Amino acid sequence: MKKSVFLGALTVAGLTAGAAAAATLDDVKARGTLNCGVTTGLVGFAAPDSNGNWDGFDVGVCRAVAAAVLGDPQAVEFVPTTGKTRFTALASGEIDMLARNTTWTFSRDVDLKFEFVGINYYDGQGFMVPKELGVSSAKDLDGATVCIQTGTTTELNLADYFRKNSMNYEPVPIETNAEAQQQYLAGACDVYTTDASGLAATRAAFEDPSAHVLLPEIVSKEPLGPLVRHGDNEWGDVVRWTLNALIAAEELGVTSANIADMASSAGDSPEINRLLGTEGNLGEMLGLEADWAVKAISAGGNYGELFEKNIGETTPIGLARGLNAQWTDGGLLYSPPFR
Amino acid sequence: MTTITDPQQESFRPSMLLNDTRYRSYTFQFIALMVLIGIIAYLGYNLVLNLRAAGLNISYEFLGEPAGYDINQTLVEYTSRSSHLTAAIVGILNTLLVAFLACVTATIFGVIAGVLRLSNNWLVRKLMAGYVEAFRNVPVLIWIIIIFTIMTAVLPAPRAFRGEDADASMILGSVAFTNRGVYVPMPIWGPGSMVVVVTFILSIVGVFAYRAYAKKLLFDTGRLLPTGWPSLAILFVPSILMFFIMGQPISLDFPELGGFNFRGGLQIGAPLIALWFALSIYTGAFIAENVRAGILAVSKGQTEAAASLGLRPRRIMNLVILPQALRVIIPPLISQYLNITKNSSLAIAVGYADITATLGGITLNQTGRAIECVLLLMLFYLLISLGISAVMNVYNNAVRLKER
Repeated sequence: MKKSVFLGALTVAGLTAGAAAAATLDDVKARGTLNCGVTTGLVGFAAPDSNGNWDGFDVGVCRAVAAAVLGDPQAVEFVPTTGKTRFTALASGEIDMLARNTTWTFSRDVDLKFEFVGINYYDGQGFMVPKELGVSSAKDLDGATVCIQTGTTTELNLADYFRKNSMNYEPVPIETNAEAQQQYLAGACDVYTTDASGLAATRAAFEDPSAHVLLPEIVSKEPLGPLVRHGDNEWGDVVRWTLNALIAAEELGVTSANIADMASSAGDSPEINRLLGTEGNLGEMLGLEADWAVKAISAGGNYGELFEKNIGETTPIGLARGLNAQWTDGGLLYSPPFR
Repeated sequence: MTTITDPQQESFRPSMLLNDTRYRSYTFQFIALMVLIGIIAYLGYNLVLNLRAAGLNISYEFLGEPAGYDINQTLVEYTSRSSHLTAAIVGILNTLLVAFLACVTATIFGVIAGVLRLSNNWLVRKLMAGYVEAFRNVPVLIWIIIIFTIMTAVLPAPRAFRGEDADASMILGSVAFTNRGVYVPMPIWGPGSMVVVVTFILSIVGVFAYRAYAKKLLFDTGRLLPTGWPSLAILFVPSILMFFIMGQPISLDFPELGGFNFRGGLQIGAPLIALWFALSIYTGAFIAENVRAGILAVSKGQTEAAASLGLRPRRIMNLVILPQALRVIIPPLISQYLNITKNSSLAIAVGYADITATLGGITLNQTGRAIECVLLLMLFYLLISLGISAVMNVYNNAVRLKER
């Protein structure tokens, strides 16, 4: 009894001891790997392939940060987290950053003491139902059984949406996307609800994707982005500007194909020169090498390339750019200037 | 002449704390206690310090705020606007419900399997041994998931009941087994139904009274009254008579297919069934071993002596063996009941909304108050375990060997 109390207290103390450690950048450099929290598996965003290599859109952000800081996009330790464990993992210092379809909300930012460094996917909550049910609108879902991942913002939005429209439903709480998929396919729930991008990714993994429809209603704003702990602003800057570099690179026409050429010597565009380190000392300000952004962009390509490769219209997931197009193309992506 | 004098009373010296065996153990225990308190204080201080450094604090204010999420099985009034505290209470009641149900069925399974494992019939004996070994040696989480998966994969979805040429049909038109749970008719309590219910409760008391009287008569005079059919008669006849006298106040609400699910009736959710069943058969295997040990602890001479009196085997078991075995069975049974209660925290694996799923899961995650929620959870499980332990110990004192 004494022993278990002691060990329990030790665990709690150990968990929080990590939270106080600042200077994550130094820790990552000393360790030689970046600990990056991802989902337990959502094809297109973060999932291990048959060889155990993690791949996906969120994984691309992790690899870009690892490349910028350590010069090696492979130097990432991927830590799978569920909706329930992700914040504890980040707060306790088990992971250095979280890139896991996490919605930027006020309370997570302010009350949980995290820092969202930007938005890499503008999303909204949607509903998926089997086509044979003949449902064409979320307003027809009165009385349905709904599979929902626990501990997510979608869980709260779902309750609000049905309440607002005075409809009833029966929630089936589920821990991971894989379990939700299994329950949904077995018919244990009529509807699966999560971020529309997640629904598209899940449906793409089905044997017969055409037998399921995504309902037109998008019931919430879900800005998804990577986040870090409060209180370590240097590290927050590194992750924030790595993401911005990927977005700016697409806007400026820098791709993984032409970056080696453009970075070899200073060109005509001062902003590209500053981004690629051939002019000015932006890298030094971040505490990184001058060519940090070159490495980050070379890791998996710029934002547009990552999007097309992992979740774009040519992939089975087939998401249109929509809100996630550059501001110059009528979307919301807008990187602050590199200056 | 020699005189015996009392040995001179030695005055206490500090060195005796180490040299005298009477005090030495206390000295070391005291030192160990101080070290333990020191370590815990250090860890607690460290925790507070680190929390402050991270800008966090310990606060239970979140309990009063609206929870914002819905729960699929609630025994008390609950909506998504209810507070986190109400959600926690819903979870506590769900935990107690599944723990109580599982304790009852696990005891029944365990006693049957334990007795049958000692059967003279080779096939029965080996079958029970197979059951006990298979369930005892595989973790309970796996059983919960296996049973839930079988339920959701094998049983039809509600939509299979739809249409003229449906794939599935309801049993007797009133009970539906689906992969979301079992739908059964629900009684509707009309005016006057309370009289029937009270009659039924009085009947239960009557059954116990009759059995106590029969036992007393047997011990006093040796006359054996039948207990089987009179018990059933006392249990049901007055209630049924009262039901018709009051003009059939209780009617049934049958489940009907409507919209996406069955409407009306009473739904026993698949998560509850899977968790209940898994906990029952898993813990039942352990209880079977306790029962077997208890029976084997009773000397074989007792069986032979009872048999020589002409008692039949079933009566030997009920009147001679089990009462003596109980005092060996009860203490380990208490810890099995505690195990059931604690293992019910695996409920989230099948989406059952117990206290670990509501307070320790969704609330914890939505508010981010991990330390507060976990402390509350620990407090709850501690209280419930001590409660079960206390009640069972009272029972243990009642059945243990009375030494005169």
